Amino acid sequence: MTTFEAILLTIVTASTPLLIAALGELVTERSGVLNLGVEGMMAMGAACSFAAAVTFDSTLLGVGAGILAGALMSALFALVVLGFAANQVGSGLALTILGLGLSGLIGAPFVGARRDPVAPISIPGLSDLPIVGRLFFGQDLFVYVSIALTVAVAYYLTKTRSGLTLRSIGENHASAHALGLPVWRMRFLAILFGGACSGLAGAYLSLVYTRFWSPNMTAGRGWIALALVVFAAWRPGWALIGAYIFGAATVLQLHAQAAQFGVPSQLLSAVPYLATILALLLLSLRHGRAVGAPGSLGAPFVPDR
Amino acid sequence: MFSRSLIGALAGATALALSAGGAAAQQKLKVGFIYVGPVGDYGWSHQHDVGRKAIEKAFGDKVETTYVESVPEADSERAIEQLARTGHGLVFTTSFGFMEPTLKVAKKYPNVKFEHATGFKRAPNVSTYAAKFHEGRYIIGQIAAKMSKSGTIGYVGAFPIPEVVAGINSYFLGAQSVNPNIKIKVVWANSWYDPAKEADAAKALLDQGVDVVAQHTDSPAPLQAAEARGKFGFGQASDMAQFAPKAQLTAIIDNWSDYYVARTKAVLDGTWKSEDTWDGLAQHAVVMAPYKNMPDDVKKMAEETEAAIKSGKLNPFKCPVLKQDGSQVECKGNGALSDEQVLGMNFYVKGIDDKLPQ
Repeated sequence: MTTFEAILLTIVTASTPLLIAALGELVTERSGVLNLGVEGMMAMGAACSFAAAVTFDSTLLGVGAGILAGALMSALFALVVLGFAANQVGSGLALTILGLGLSGLIGAPFVGARRDPVAPISIPGLSDLPIVGRLFFGQDLFVYVSIALTVAVAYYLTKTRSGLTLRSIGENHASAHALGLPVWRMRFLAILFGGACSGLAGAYLSLVYTRFWSPNMTAGRGWIALALVVFAAWRPGWALIGAYIFGAATVLQLHAQAAQFGVPSQLLSAVPYLATILALLLLSLRHGRAVGAPGSLGAPFVPDR
Repeated sequence: MFSRSLIGALAGATALALSAGGAAAQQKLKVGFIYVGPVGDYGWSHQHDVGRKAIEKAFGDKVETTYVESVPEADSERAIEQLARTGHGLVFTTSFGFMEPTLKVAKKYPNVKFEHATGFKRAPNVSTYAAKFHEGRYIIGQIAAKMSKSGTIGYVGAFPIPEVVAGINSYFLGAQSVNPNIKIKVVWANSWYDPAKEADAAKALLDQGVDVVAQHTDSPAPLQAAEARGKFGFGQASDMAQFAPKAQLTAIIDNWSDYYVARTKAVLDGTWKSEDTWDGLAQHAVVMAPYKNMPDDVKKMAEETEAAIKSGKLNPFKCPVLKQDGSQVECKGNGALSDEQVLGMNFYVKGIDDKLPQ
């Protein structure tokens, strides 16, 4: 394996959790709901998936538990912001704090436990090809799921009737409601999908990325996923590109240090965030407003009777 | 007349309060701990909590311990004051960032004894303590140089602060002592604790030809990354062998138990004084985990070095110490750099090709 190949492989690992979480949040936001609780749901996903994987000695059950934990957390969020039309920003922040705390409680008995690595998929013949072999045909299942999910979300949002309904609800919930579209039901499902994706991203962190659990191990990745959705202008394809740019920036700055390029590491660490600001700036220069933001994003929905 | 009796009454009341406090302390000493991280971090805070449990074990019914975990440094004053107010006779504040809040609270509660880890400011009721982890790093540097086939060893650092820089220098000087041509690559994670990023940092080093990775960040992730590649690493703060049974060569263990038990005993006996303690391998404040996964001759060398440091025959920073440009560092200690020079180290030693971020 050459250095180049190794770097590319590391980038894929660093980008995958960001992509999965960002896709979930993207769908939630497209329905007009801003859920700032990604970090908390991810933390819960990481803790519950690891706890289940160790208890039942099964990675698959662990992944299931992670998805379920994320979805349950988001259901709680849905109850508050849909059922009681509460402020979405406040509720989302509360969800993050709750998730970080609760995950610490759930994970505490599993500190110090470890899991064996999840074996990457190997396709005889293809996986042995130079450079592209390991890169395209030797990843773990999560990576393929994340790519498939990108395609599926893009298809759903643009080509299906349900996706169109979801988007119109996000653009203007009052009109959608007047047309008889099921605003609450679609938003509830979109929130659940977002939670499930965050949970899955968390599971990736504790089961594949590091293979142990420790408190606060998400270390801000939920927030990066939120930034990614904006960076991607609410488009799944751009979320994929953005996630890989973020992942690459993180990994390459570490390589730049090891190769002794002499650039301050603090500056390099800030590169992904500078990239987000720059992207936002360029996008708004071109279009004059926050592009792609759903019209009803963040506004509580109270139907007039 | 009136004023004199008032003063007398006040003095009497104070004396009564003091003696009552004293009697209560003799019944049961409450010992409080403030941790910067969660006790489940399996690193820094975890090891302080091991020390807390050692106090409970040593004194049984005579003490009662409390801890507050994950206390943000900026908001620590409230937590420290809470402990002081609720009848704790001895409070350990276990992170550098707790320095000013500890001193502030200590001033308000002169009868409470405070112990601040890794700080340098003391008061009549505030002691400071730290451990010479760089002694352990000299040993792992020697092991790394012996185990490396590529001749390049790596280091994942948290932040370029003196404590970490001294660790890197000690590690490199150790490595250089067994292989003068050894090369080192340093990567800064710019975080004490971000397992995924620490793993990526270790992978970056491994990708660039490093085959032994040392770390000064708190999670087992770098060690685990080394294990996944069939390379070697060292545990940090606690024995991390269970995370990487094939990769961990040894670990530098923080052992606060002896110190905590001694200080608690001093308070119980009434002999506690404000002091500064900087213990190392000799006092068991720094303990090496079992030497594993290495040939016998390397193990023997490590054990000999450990014994030499313990007996005082070897100091990692023995003079002359050369800076990167070859200039000699003024020798302010006894044949070695002084404690202050080590605690304030802000330069790389000769042979490290990298530039130290300032």
